[in-house]
Amino acid sequence: MTDVSPVHTQADKPASPVKPNPIISFEGVTKRFGKTIAVDDVTLQIQEGEFFALLGPSGCGKTTLLRMLAGFETPSEGRILIDGRDIAALPPNKRPVNMVFQSYAVFPHMKVADNVAYGLKMDGAPAAEIKTRVAEALELVKLGGLGERMPDQLSGGQRQRVALARALVKRPRVLLLDEPLSALDAKLRDQMRSELTSLQEKVGITFIMVTHDQDEALAIATRCAVMNRGVLAQVATPADLYEFPNSRFVADFVGSVNMFEGVLEKDEPNQAVVRCTELAAPVYLDHGVTGARGSTVWVALRPEKIEMHKRNGGEALKMEDAPAGANVVAGVIRDIVYLGSETNFEVELEGGRRVKTFRSNLTRYDQEDFTWDEPVWLAWHACSPAVLLS
Amino acid sequence: MAKQALPAATAAVTERPAPREKPGPLEYMRRWPLQLMVGLTLLFLYLPLITLMAFSFNDSRRNIVWQGFTLKYYEKALANESLIQAFVNSLTIAFLCTIVSVILGALAAVMLWRFRFPGKTALEGTLALPIVVPEICLGVAMLVFFARVMPWPTGLPWPFNLGAITIAHISFAFPFVATVVRARLASFNRELEEAAKDLGASEWRTFWDVLVPHMRPGLIAGALLAFTLSLDDFVITFFTSGPDTITFPVKVYSMLRFSVTPEVNAASTILIVVTVVLTAIGLQLQNQKPKEDKA
Repeated sequence: MTDVSPVHTQADKPASPVKPNPIISFEGVTKRFGKTIAVDDVTLQIQEGEFFALLGPSGCGKTTLLRMLAGFETPSEGRILIDGRDIAALPPNKRPVNMVFQSYAVFPHMKVADNVAYGLKMDGAPAAEIKTRVAEALELVKLGGLGERMPDQLSGGQRQRVALARALVKRPRVLLLDEPLSALDAKLRDQMRSELTSLQEKVGITFIMVTHDQDEALAIATRCAVMNRGVLAQVATPADLYEFPNSRFVADFVGSVNMFEGVLEKDEPNQAVVRCTELAAPVYLDHGVTGARGSTVWVALRPEKIEMHKRNGGEALKMEDAPAGANVVAGVIRDIVYLGSETNFEVELEGGRRVKTFRSNLTRYDQEDFTWDEPVWLAWHACSPAVLLS
Repeated sequence: MAKQALPAATAAVTERPAPREKPGPLEYMRRWPLQLMVGLTLLFLYLPLITLMAFSFNDSRRNIVWQGFTLKYYEKALANESLIQAFVNSLTIAFLCTIVSVILGALAAVMLWRFRFPGKTALEGTLALPIVVPEICLGVAMLVFFARVMPWPTGLPWPFNLGAITIAHISFAFPFVATVVRARLASFNRELEEAAKDLGASEWRTFWDVLVPHMRPGLIAGALLAFTLSLDDFVITFFTSGPDTITFPVKVYSMLRFSVTPEVNAASTILIVVTVVLTAIGLQLQNQKPKEDKA
């Protein structure tokens, strides 16, 4: 299991035109269960040392992808390479990957230390080495001294640490995490988030996490792949995923968004205009989009990027980075949700369309004091909307 | 002072309520109708057994009226060679039947739980057949089977002469084991199995290290079932036993044909004690926290 070095050096060669040593690559991987296609022609490379997240709604195929990597499913088509080596022929117990299961799957009839030692025992490691490595692993996940406990004497969070230690003690090339935080309560989840990232930095192993929780993925991962119905929708860093989604699905799935269908009216290298039926004003952009004029596009506007101003009859607001009349619409506040750190407003536009906008509560007393049924202007900067072609 | 303000609420949550307190709304066991019901049920269940045990000490041949305490029928029963032989036969058959039934039943349960194959539903149904078919029919079937289809050779030395009965017992005991173990397997978390493999265990190691420990309570319960079913079976045994392969229940039956002597009571009492002790051991094993052996 540790003897992967020859393959590793081969993968290190600069022969690959893309990026250096992708530790894992999926090449056209497809998985069918009967007639349903769980994973559809996925090609993906994961680099050494990444904390990679597979993100998507339930049933999108992300778990199947992970299970194929672990060896619990076999691809119907395509290849999976670890360190440049095709692992199709390897059963789960021979793969240089280890998994932390969603239910943690801590063996209930074994003491914590025996749980952690199990993998090493299977590898036939000498007893003395097992002992020191188990102690190290338990220390690493902050469970030192609990080795003699039975799993039913531990809390959920501690059981997860046992599962982590049990997988990490084998020093895998890749650690797989299946929905690692979904079973924890909110406070513990936040704590484990940061612990997972620091753990990954400490051990330097590539982590791949499956999650349906976009907050979790954005918070932890260095790079995410968003999946939808078995297909990779977008692979990007968390910030790119949020600010530069490539499709309506990604924009909608990651974070909160206002989506407007429109027609691309003008598309030049340094400016573009989209006219949306639901928006009274044209959407002006300070950059070009690569679409044909007259084609249908979608404008995605994040709620926190919409400014709100009081509308007291007077003249229409003018955004400094857009022509007069563009990027400003009139509306009436219909709903207010106070969340402490911010307040969410729902504003009804003239056509009846409702738009979400978030305002940070910067001071303890809101000077503007927005209230229900108040007429307001909604405005946004020319660089804020994302124009989506699909 | 603040504590005294709500005496009812605090008393209700303490473990031992004050003696003269009224029973709470859900404390049925502290009301007389249920107490009476429980008493009557226990009486109904155990009075016959207690009578049987008490009269095994009765100093009377007829065993109808209490004449005085004696242990002589225990001596007599223990000196009755054919009775002892029947007793040993019964225990031997029960042990063999338990071991084979547990192995067969566990394997059948794992197969039905683990794999999907054509005819699985049918097999699951037929497996339960020996449980639902009237014992008398099974008995006759066994008789015909061992007479016509596969005659068990006669005149074999002990314990091989018990083969036919043992096979008959296994055939109706192992479906019980399979059913119990199958039910236990339903609660198995498949991720445990995958975790073991993920950590480097082979199929075989996974089976022993993860699946068998999970099945343990089912295996013990199944073993207890198989043992008691075999030990006290009369009908099927009656049809499959020969003159030199008498089991305890069959022997007791033949003794009863002459008269109900305290000797029969004494023998039955011994059997009850043996069964109760074995069951207690079994339950003890079931409740015990398994300790992982040091590697």
